[in-house]
Amino acid sequence: MPGKLKVKIVAGRHLPVMDRASDLTDAFVEVKFGNMTFKTDVYHKSLNPQWNSEWFKFEVDDEDLQDEPLQITVLDHDTYSANDAIGKVYIDIDPLLYSEAATVISGWFPIYDTIHGIRGEINVVVKVDLFNDLNRFRQSSCGVKFFCTTSIPKCYRAVIIHGFVEELVVNEDPEYQWIDRIRTPRASNEARQRLISLMSGELQRKIGLKVLEMRGNAVVGYLQCFDLEGESGLVVRAIGTACTLDKLSSTAAFLPACNSPSKEMKESPLVHPPSHGCRSTHNSPIHTATGSRLTQNFSVSVPTLIYTGMGSGSAGKEGGPFKALLRQQTQSALEQREFPFFTLTAFPPGFLVHVGGVVSARSVKLLDRIHNPAFVGIMGNTRSYKLLDWNSFNSDEPETRDAWWAEIRQEIKSHAKALGCHAVVGYSESTSICEEVCILSASGTAAVLNPRFLQDGTVEGCLEQRQEENLPAGCGFCHIPYDELNMPFPAHLTYCYSCRKQKVPDVLFTTIDLPTDATVIGKGCLIQARLCRLKKKAQAEANATAISNLLPFMEYEVHTQLMNKLKLKGMNALFGLRIQITVGENMLMGLASATGVYLTALPTPGGIQIAGKTPNDGSYEQHISHMQKKINDTIAKNKELYEINPPEIPEEIIGSPIPEPRQRSRLLRSQSESSDEVIELDLSHGKKDAFVLEIDDTDAMEDVHSLLTDVPPPSGFYSCNTEIMPGINNWTSEIQMFTSVRVSRLSNINLTNQTLNKNFNDLCENLLKSLYFKLRSMIPCCLCHVNFTVSLPEDELIQVTVTAVAITFDKHQAVQTTKTHVEKSLQRASTDNEELLQFPLELCTDSLGPHPFSPAKEHLESASSNSGIPAAQRAVSVEKASPLTEGHFRQRSAPACANSTVGVVKMTPLSFIPGAKITKYLGIINMFFIRETTSLREEGGVSGFLHAFIAEVFAMVRAHVAALGGNAVVSYIMKQCVFMENPNKNQAQCLINVSGDAVIFVRESELEIMSTQQPIASCQPACGGGEIAT
Amino acid sequence: MTNELDIFVGNTTLIDEDVYRLWLDGYSVSDAVGLRVRSGILEQTGATAGVLQSDTMDHYRTFHMLERLLHTPPKLLHQLVFQIPPSRQALLIERYYAFDEAFVREVLGKKLSKGTKKDLDDISTKTGVTLKSCRRQFDNFKRVFKVVEEMRGSLAGNIQQHFLLSDRLARDYAAVVFFANNRFETGKKKLQYLTFGDLAFCAELMIQNWTPGAVDSQVDDMDVDLDKEFLQDLKELKVLVADKDLLDLHKSLVCTALRGKLSVFPEMEANFKNLSRGLVNIASKLTHTKDVRDLFVDLVEKAPGPLGSLHGHAAQLPPAHVPRLRPRSPDARPACPLLGPAAKGGGGRGIPGQPRSSPPRSARSPGPGARTSRPQPPSAPGRLPPGPGSGPSCPVEWGGGGTGSRAGQGNPAPRGRS
Repeated sequence: MPGKLKVKIVAGRHLPVMDRASDLTDAFVEVKFGNMTFKTDVYHKSLNPQWNSEWFKFEVDDEDLQDEPLQITVLDHDTYSANDAIGKVYIDIDPLLYSEAATVISGWFPIYDTIHGIRGEINVVVKVDLFNDLNRFRQSSCGVKFFCTTSIPKCYRAVIIHGFVEELVVNEDPEYQWIDRIRTPRASNEARQRLISLMSGELQRKIGLKVLEMRGNAVVGYLQCFDLEGESGLVVRAIGTACTLDKLSSTAAFLPACNSPSKEMKESPLVHPPSHGCRSTHNSPIHTATGSRLTQNFSVSVPTLIYTGMGSGSAGKEGGPFKALLRQQTQSALEQREFPFFTLTAFPPGFLVHVGGVVSARSVKLLDRIHNPAFVGIMGNTRSYKLLDWNSFNSDEPETRDAWWAEIRQEIKSHAKALGCHAVVGYSESTSICEEVCILSASGTAAVLNPRFLQDGTVEGCLEQRQEENLPAGCGFCHIPYDELNMPFPAHLTYCYSCRKQKVPDVLFTTIDLPTDATVIGKGCLIQARLCRLKKKAQAEANATAISNLLPFMEYEVHTQLMNKLKLKGMNALFGLRIQITVGENMLMGLASATGVYLTALPTPGGIQIAGKTPNDGSYEQHISHMQKKINDTIAKNKELYEINPPEIPEEIIGSPIPEPRQRSRLLRSQSESSDEVIELDLSHGKKDAFVLEIDDTDAMEDVHSLLTDVPPPSGFYSCNTEIMPGINNWTSEIQMFTSVRVSRLSNINLTNQTLNKNFNDLCENLLKSLYFKLRSMIPCCLCHVNFTVSLPEDELIQVTVTAVAITFDKHQAVQTTKTHVEKSLQRASTDNEELLQFPLELCTDSLGPHPFSPAKEHLESASSNSGIPAAQRAVSVEKASPLTEGHFRQRSAPACANSTVGVVKMTPLSFIPGAKITKYLGIINMFFIRETTSLREEGGVSGFLHAFIAEVFAMVRAHVAALGGNAVVSYIMKQCVFMENPNKNQAQCLINVSGDAVIFVRESELEIMSTQQPIASCQPACGGGEIAT
Repeated sequence: MTNELDIFVGNTTLIDEDVYRLWLDGYSVSDAVGLRVRSGILEQTGATAGVLQSDTMDHYRTFHMLERLLHTPPKLLHQLVFQIPPSRQALLIERYYAFDEAFVREVLGKKLSKGTKKDLDDISTKTGVTLKSCRRQFDNFKRVFKVVEEMRGSLAGNIQQHFLLSDRLARDYAAVVFFANNRFETGKKKLQYLTFGDLAFCAELMIQNWTPGAVDSQVDDMDVDLDKEFLQDLKELKVLVADKDLLDLHKSLVCTALRGKLSVFPEMEANFKNLSRGLVNIASKLTHTKDVRDLFVDLVEKAPGPLGSLHGHAAQLPPAHVPRLRPRSPDARPACPLLGPAAKGGGGRGIPGQPRSSPPRSARSPGPGARTSRPQPPSAPGRLPPGPGSGPSCPVEWGGGGTGSRAGQGNPAPRGRS
């Protein structure tokens, strides 16, 4: 589809003074696309020029439309010398290439200069006319939609989820070209910006082609990253999940963000089924990664780790042969694909059957230089790929990088298999580069996807069947996906606390968001493991070897820390786990973040026991017991804080999710038949499960201490790194997205691992404290999607970047709008309570006997009367009032939207906007900026420089969204923030890469008014009054 | 382990009002942190000093970046870098342009030049306002002055339009600009009892009545300079003192107008001749720049002589009377000034501050209505200044002046003005 691109330059404002004599500017504009350039007239002597140009028309083919950015340069005309550049605007016209997105880009864009930052604004209008071209051999992929959102976008329905797409493009970095020695920093930065813009366009086009090949029409969970490999080049790589999406016609029927899963049922997608003959994978011996949970295969060195997976009440045993068969089909279907990976983290209900656990793989690579004899001397070590024609000799670079990633993905796949899973969800990839060493990491969650989705053509029937079987569960995903007898590592298994049918592990780690149908007790919290390891400085291979030797230990320690902290919080599952290992000159850092929750389906976690090695010493003993007491206190306090009130939960929940008589009878039967077994299990979880920490040296002591130093957030604050906070869903509409960056210099030269750990820990803790303090005016609020990134820009510098969004919620309304079905079941539970009471009580006395929380009757009583009960339970009582409270809620959000009328663009890392409905996706925002200064002191030092730059980046993102006609960016992410300074030279440089989805949202309140005018109008005053009264 | 870099950037710019105040008051980061600690914020929030330090730094940096925009407030509204809700923008601007009474009294009427700027450290020591804050306030004056100096239209209106200030603040700035432009001496010890509010009140009336803008709303500089012709015309007032008949006529007119309206009426009536002479003398010299500058000094120093007995009683003159005196419309010009000082003179002591806001307001509105009320004796077309400086006209003026003086009493200054 060739197309016609039309651009009009309307006006400028707030231009900088370029002519000192007159204090004015003679500005004109160059509009460039591909090789074509147009110019406006010079508008003399004004800081607010009105060019009002004609339409500049570019006739181009669609390949260029996808690859090239529109480049607008504002210059100051100078009669006698060269024209001075004021700044540039790059506009990605991709959103104009698909029919449903934006139709025109029009608005004020900040004029950006890599040296001076934003210098005024320019008003531009851009349109594209596309002609249809059905050439099969086309190289373009116009029309494929891209979404950063890692779930099915809100106003679409997934027809088919095809699977993993990936691509990478390599080029040499202009910063390292020989020409860089003779050009200005500005020219070099602009070359880089332009190149990356071009490369991401190309990458997106190529991925689009792959999607078209798979017969999809969209990429969801699109994640594009840059690897600045220095001399060896620049890699732009992207992964995503190809889907076929259908636009939902009646948007009104759709609830926002987190809504009742039942509604979405019908939109459940199908995994695209190239189904083939059944080949059971069960006989393949995969139970190798055992014991230490570490597999190490160093090619250059690839240490890997599988986190808590769990055996299953295996398919054959519980589900009968039918299920096994389906399972095999699923597997084989997925195996047809090279990599059965999904970058999604949230799924339509029923899609996810079981979750195995986290799988991750890392590989240390040397970015070796490829010398090209012909050019040694002139070009040094540069290599290039395709994009620059003056340097057309290709290396086999992309293949190399492809091979590296393929290797890692292969490993991930095999890990997943070892966990009895045929797919990996919540999949992501990352790199850490220091000099010539590069750590490639990939991680995801091994999972079993619903096999029925793989049957071709029988969609409807399948759906119904599935609903019948799965709807009641809410715990299904916790059930172990593979054979109990062949566990890949030791784990304690118990029967599921929800359904009592299947086995579940004692803890569950995942990289995905909490499934909407999961039942949780209390609230969640952010859990972080932080770790530093010193390493010797070394070169090349020696360095790589040293790193790869350290990695497994780091992984192990990170895991231990996570586990300890999880226990300390009294929780039993981690969601959104993200482990980042960063390599520096003389150290390695590991930072794992996740959101801990208490899943009702999983057993109550045991406490932490401390054991000393030298029990004879009296005082030592005393010390130990003191510590033990402290730990127990902390656990108790945490349970209170997060409203985790587990003992009564099993009682409440047990019968509930199982629908109606059939299940109940089965339940009872299981009780009578297998009471022995239950007791046995309880024992195992009760006492043996308690985590034992051995204190045998000072290190261990430190560890225990550090465990206890984590301060909980101040009251009114919660934090998590998932999309939404488990246990809170009465969000109000105020959101504040922010980025915070800290760089710390390690002052101590004689660093030890301990001091390093402590420093790092303090850095992160202080950063969090600062955030809590800054946002105190929003209390009660929750920091969601807290995303920490660590880098080691120099020897003794640690840089931590945090992006998150603070969302306020209403403390007084614990309405569980999201979990209607949970509520229902709970309600059922409560009505059934009397009948069931005896049974659960009995069960509990059995199972919880050894526990500090004795399941006495008072628990039940207090639970029903007391307000300190778990949210899930309180919801039951509040539910009846919910229509009223909902109206109330709307009422509250109304004034806020009145405030946010003109030009306000919201930004959020979440895929939704609380209290609002996304009505349209306008396209992907993917921007890359470089900022450099040679007057660092004058700009307020490093802090002033970076502060201004980040504010400018936000501004440019907002401006682009506004020009597309949008009023928010969702799934916003700052993928890269590379900061380099040289204070001695008074210089600094920073590169930032951000992306997100531009959307239009409408406040729920407005929607309501539009659809049902009268009733609302009449109820509003009443609501308002109610609010005042409260 | 020290933080080399520590920033927080929100999509919506966070503004902490308390920190903003500290920043405006010119405290350094460490002082501000100290003050915040003393405010008990640490106990309230459970934060540490380090957190407070980092928070304060962050805010200071934000304010520093915003300062450039605050220099031209309309830019703050249109810029894209900081997303700030409109109410917050208004707050930022209003607070940034607010000034200290103590400071403004020091600077009022001085040339807003580099020289004055150099004296800021003395002013800072004297007033207790930090040097930084003094600089900000001084620069604000200067900036506003430069922008509106040569602009058409109402002075306060222009200020409001270009700096997006509240009505009140814009009028105060108009006074500052007017004083700075005419360089009225206000720093003398004798004038110290006058508050800024008093002087601003005078300024407002003078702008309304003594500038070219009072006659023609389309002239450049209309509200900033005194009307030269008007000052010239004032010379003619001498006839009111020299010519016995006219003096008597003037007296009777003034007394008729004021009878029953002044608590000090008897004194005024008794001293009318002296009062009148003092004011006319001051008025007739106003063609000299030097005398214009000394206007307020003269009003206090020279006019009081004759007005001696009235001096200090001004408190008895309810400010409300002032407007009534002033009505003489164009002619009223002299009156206003009189009033101004009068109100203040008296008011300055007795009811400081009061005159500041309310009187000016009322003065303005009654004005028009009042105009007619004053039957002008001579055929004099109300407006002395522009018009025919003819003798007859003078009386009219005088009347105004006279009354004013009485009213103002203490500060016959007003009339001096004319």
